[in-house]
Amino acid sequence: MKLPGFMAIVITMAFAGVEVRAEEAPDFNEALQGLGSKSRTTILKSIDQLSELNDPRSLSALEALLGKRLRSDDHDGLFIVDESGEIFVDALTGEEVRVDPDSLKTPRINNRVRRSLKPLIARLRLRNPDVSIRLAAAEELENRPSADAADSIRLALEEESDQTVRNVLEVALARIELKSDDPQLRLGAVEVLGEHGDRNQEAELVALLDQNEDGQFAESDPAVREAAQSAIQRIQRTAFLNDMAGHFFYGLSLASVLLLAALGLAITFGLMGVINMAHGEMLMLGAYTTYVVIGLFEQHLLAWLDWYLLIAVPTAFLVCAAVGMLLERGVIRFLYGRPLETLLATWGISLVLIQTVRLTFGAQNVEVANPSWLSGGYEILSGVVLPWSRIAIVMFSITTVAVVWWLLQRTRLGLYVRAVTQNREMAAGLGIATSRIDMLTFGLGSGIAGLGGVALSQVGNVGPELGRSYIVDSFMVVVLGGVGNIMGTVVAALGLGVLNKFLEPVSGAVLGKIFVLGFLILFIQRRPQGIFALKGRAAEA
Amino acid sequence: MPELHTGRHPMHSARAWWLLACFVAIAAVMVPVFNLVPDEDSIWKLPDFLIPLFGKFICYAIVALAIDLIWGYAGILSLGHGVFFALGGYAMGMYLMRSIGTEGVYGNELPDFMVFLDWKELPWFWYGFEYFAFAFSMALVVPGALAFGFGWLAFRSRITGVYFSIITQAMTFAFMLLFFRNDTGFGGNNGLTDFKRILGISLQEPGTRVGLYVVSVIALLGTYLACRYIVCSKLGRLVTAVRDAETKLRFTGYDPLQYKLFVWTFSAVLCGLAGALYVPQVGIINPSEMQPANSIEMAIWVAVGGRGTLVGAVAGAWLVNATKSWFTVAAPETWLYVLGGTFILVTLFAPRGLVGLLESVRLRGRADSTSPTGSEEVDP
Amino acid sequence: MSAGARVLDSSRVDTHQGGILYVEGVSVAFDGFKALDDLNLYLDEGELRCIIGPNGAGKTTLMDVITGKTRPDTGTIFFGSNVDLTTLEEHEIVNAGIGRKFQTPTVFEQHSVLENLEVAAKANKRVWSSLFGTTSAVVRDKILEVAETVGLAQTLDRQAGNLSHGQKQWLEIGMLLAQDPMLLLVDEPVAGMSQHEVERTGELLSGLAGSHTVVVVEHDMEFIRSIARKVTVLHQGRVIAEGEMDDVQQNPDVVEVYLGE
Ligand SMILES: Nc1ncnc2c1ncn2[C@@H]1O[C@H](COP(=O)(O)OP(=O)(O)OP(=O)(O)O)[C@@H](O)[C@H]1O
Ligand SMILES: [Mg+2]
Repeated sequence: MKLPGFMAIVITMAFAGVEVRAEEAPDFNEALQGLGSKSRTTILKSIDQLSELNDPRSLSALEALLGKRLRSDDHDGLFIVDESGEIFVDALTGEEVRVDPDSLKTPRINNRVRRSLKPLIARLRLRNPDVSIRLAAAEELENRPSADAADSIRLALEEESDQTVRNVLEVALARIELKSDDPQLRLGAVEVLGEHGDRNQEAELVALLDQNEDGQFAESDPAVREAAQSAIQRIQRTAFLNDMAGHFFYGLSLASVLLLAALGLAITFGLMGVINMAHGEMLMLGAYTTYVVIGLFEQHLLAWLDWYLLIAVPTAFLVCAAVGMLLERGVIRFLYGRPLETLLATWGISLVLIQTVRLTFGAQNVEVANPSWLSGGYEILSGVVLPWSRIAIVMFSITTVAVVWWLLQRTRLGLYVRAVTQNREMAAGLGIATSRIDMLTFGLGSGIAGLGGVALSQVGNVGPELGRSYIVDSFMVVVLGGVGNIMGTVVAALGLGVLNKFLEPVSGAVLGKIFVLGFLILFIQRRPQGIFALKGRAAEA
Repeated sequence: MPELHTGRHPMHSARAWWLLACFVAIAAVMVPVFNLVPDEDSIWKLPDFLIPLFGKFICYAIVALAIDLIWGYAGILSLGHGVFFALGGYAMGMYLMRSIGTEGVYGNELPDFMVFLDWKELPWFWYGFEYFAFAFSMALVVPGALAFGFGWLAFRSRITGVYFSIITQAMTFAFMLLFFRNDTGFGGNNGLTDFKRILGISLQEPGTRVGLYVVSVIALLGTYLACRYIVCSKLGRLVTAVRDAETKLRFTGYDPLQYKLFVWTFSAVLCGLAGALYVPQVGIINPSEMQPANSIEMAIWVAVGGRGTLVGAVAGAWLVNATKSWFTVAAPETWLYVLGGTFILVTLFAPRGLVGLLESVRLRGRADSTSPTGSEEVDP
Repeated sequence: MSAGARVLDSSRVDTHQGGILYVEGVSVAFDGFKALDDLNLYLDEGELRCIIGPNGAGKTTLMDVITGKTRPDTGTIFFGSNVDLTTLEEHEIVNAGIGRKFQTPTVFEQHSVLENLEVAAKANKRVWSSLFGTTSAVVRDKILEVAETVGLAQTLDRQAGNLSHGQKQWLEIGMLLAQDPMLLLVDEPVAGMSQHEVERTGELLSGLAGSHTVVVVEHDMEFIRSIARKVTVLHQGRVIAEGEMDDVQQNPDVVEVYLGE
């Protein structure tokens, strides 16, 4: 099936080679001038010649041709115009010239020309001192293997020092050599593919094992077939591991968001026994605070825009803490000991907050851009890119948990908080200002939610209903973790986040979510007190 | 000394029975008469659009009674009653879908959305819904069975208070996600709609609308009497005992699980009934009915009216929904403020709702005049 | 079906051998702390037994394991010779004939005194009969009689939540009487009562003994002395002495426990 096409290419190339060899080595200038020709055949021929000459000087002209920035006049003049369309450079000498743009013509190219241009450009770019350009070029060659490139790739490999580029080049070369007549070369290629290849190359290896009607294998050499077999297995294994690593990481980052959302809840619900249905809206306020901070930076501190997070994080914390304390003083403190009513009242508060934000910022989602140092990602394995923003969220939530833990366990405030939550009257009797502690605790919980909001703004859309989508999940985390238990909250958030991401590819996002909820409902039946159950008489209340 | 009742308490004073009869007469007789009899432009004419609106309110009142039974009396706050309501509605919606027959957009035996999804056969769980009796009983059985299973698991593990509320919220959330999927087989996010007829009668006829409305009023009356019967029985007092001191009740020889499960399931069945009556009157059912927000709103109806009193629950449902109807037309932007404010103010200042407020006003009046007024109906 | 599983009324409890409660080798630990440690206790039918011991000795926990509130880690508890209490749920234990008054008085605060007594009264306690059944005249008379006994006959229509602490204590005792159990477990009944009421309680409990079996936990030694026939002393989850009040008071272990603190 694939064979005839492949043979045709080999044959064409062979003839091309013969043809070129018959002539004198082509003149560089002439070949370059051919690029400006009106005839596409001439252009193609020039490209072939340049391909053979392999001269880095031709690179800018070739790039210009591809980018439709090459111009020719009627006197074999060839010019490259820059992006602005105003500055012209002579393609042969590289000097800036003044020409009349109207007298120039743009050589027309089609897909066929593009197909032969791209690998050549990539080959030439392999000599670029910039690693990222070399990498891009290598990837281009990897995706469009052409026999011409084999020698340049070998040459490049001799000099290449960057390991990533080397790997890509080796795969590119292997893909070319896979088509070679020499079984030894093919064997080597298969092994290289097995080592560095990914899912894309798997199909090619599988094709080697195809049998036609007569029972003939696409690959004639049994040794190569055997090697292909084991290479496929290796690729699949790596791909599987990559997938798992990816799920795990995305689960981890979901868990971090959940954790930031739930941590505040664990404090208000777990320590104070207050069900705050407006907690999700604290997330939302945190995210909108980030949005406002960006707006202010854009207006007044454009140069520092990249560092807006440094301001957004504390501001979001303070804003949400302030709103939280206001709520506690204004509403919630009158409802202590009436959890169901607290639940309803705070739901009312959440409606008011949502509507206020909607009227202020509009019902549409607003966009919060990542600072440039958080865009892009880190590729841990080929195909598994961890976005910096998510890595940052994981780090951020670890730090937050550590700080909160320290606050509660190691400071006087924490001691008071725990004292008040365990026995209010007694604590009051010991001279602790319980109502102040209530207010501060609530402020802390809300502030942490605000931090969660900043984190959310970095990975998704920010809209008035942002909090709604997290509130059910974060309650689940708190309940699952065991009320009043920070450690339990962490474990539950991790477990839920990772479970969610592992279920998603199996069952689809929605069903996955339903499964998780169902699982939770059942889990709570088994262990009403959560993973880390509070024991003793206190738990019976 | 007032009379001391043991066993079943009397349901109403004679005066309260009269009030009830008057109310039923107005709702079930006067409203239809004023809609159907006067001419179009007569000032006595009750506009047509009000009939389904009233019908909707009647259904909400049934829901409010159901929630009051479980929350006001048994102290269990459900944030998931919207599911039971919607399931009842879906069961009826499935019947209405099936009775469209081949008059849908695609002219196919199958409901339009199935044709659209390129399904060739009716899924098994749609079997039987072409029969009204089956669909109607499913509208009661499915919510009841779900509530029974869920409640059995939860109450057996002694999940109470806010924990229970939270997992009911998770339940409705999960169901909403489930029903939003096209593959689940209930029309995805469009739900079921474009109904044509019920029991062979066109839904567009004014007579049908009035008929459905009257049926709803009768259902409300039945629900009210059943709830009243329950709260006046010894079971009613036991259920409030569960609310106040469950452990003590257990050590008095009762199994709270059975009692909770009974009211919980009964309450869900009532919601299913309300949903089944609601759908033909509003003409659509979709998964947004299962949004957690809807269920919480139902709780506030009861809180506004006064939980622990049946009359209060009904009044609350009407008051909140009438206000909502007015605001969403006149000042849609402020409606959420009004609703949110209601949540806050009622819990802070009127924990016993309107009925509680009225009662305290009346008690004060009585204390001032010292002349005993006639014994009004006071719920136990 | 094992002996006594799902016994729902006290007529099925076999007390022919004279014993009504057999607690054998019961241990309960909370997070490693042994609240009851290999405890044995036998009660004869009609007996009035007082249990004393310092705070934290395990007295309330003992009542908890008998009534099913706490499950023993090891050991067996038989009611009569045939009802295994460790397999029954709390309400089944009550219906088998064991009533309990808690250390802190708990009544149904929103209900009237009459309703409290009615809820407690012996009846079919399943859902259907609560919904459709009525309270018979016999039961009603019994309730009124109990109300008379505990001195609440004039306050039947008062809301229980509004009663004084002592009245709540009495109401709870009344609820226990209305329940008419074979075995009464009474945890600190006279806390918060006046001297006069303490005496009345003593008389009431003494009067019940004989037709009922009564277990009283108290710290008030005066009261114990006034009613006690046989006393069991608990300490650190174990029985350290048992016998007549005077003998027990001479017991060096007991003296040490009480004075050593
Ligand atoms: N649920 C529980 N969890 C943890 N510890 C418990 C629990 N129940 C009882 N304990 C412990 O068991 C011990 C015995 O308690 P118990 O209440 O039985 O004492 P008591 O003899 O009734 O004391 P008091 O006379 O003060 O009422 C105590 O140390 C108590 O802290
Ligand atoms: Mg005790």
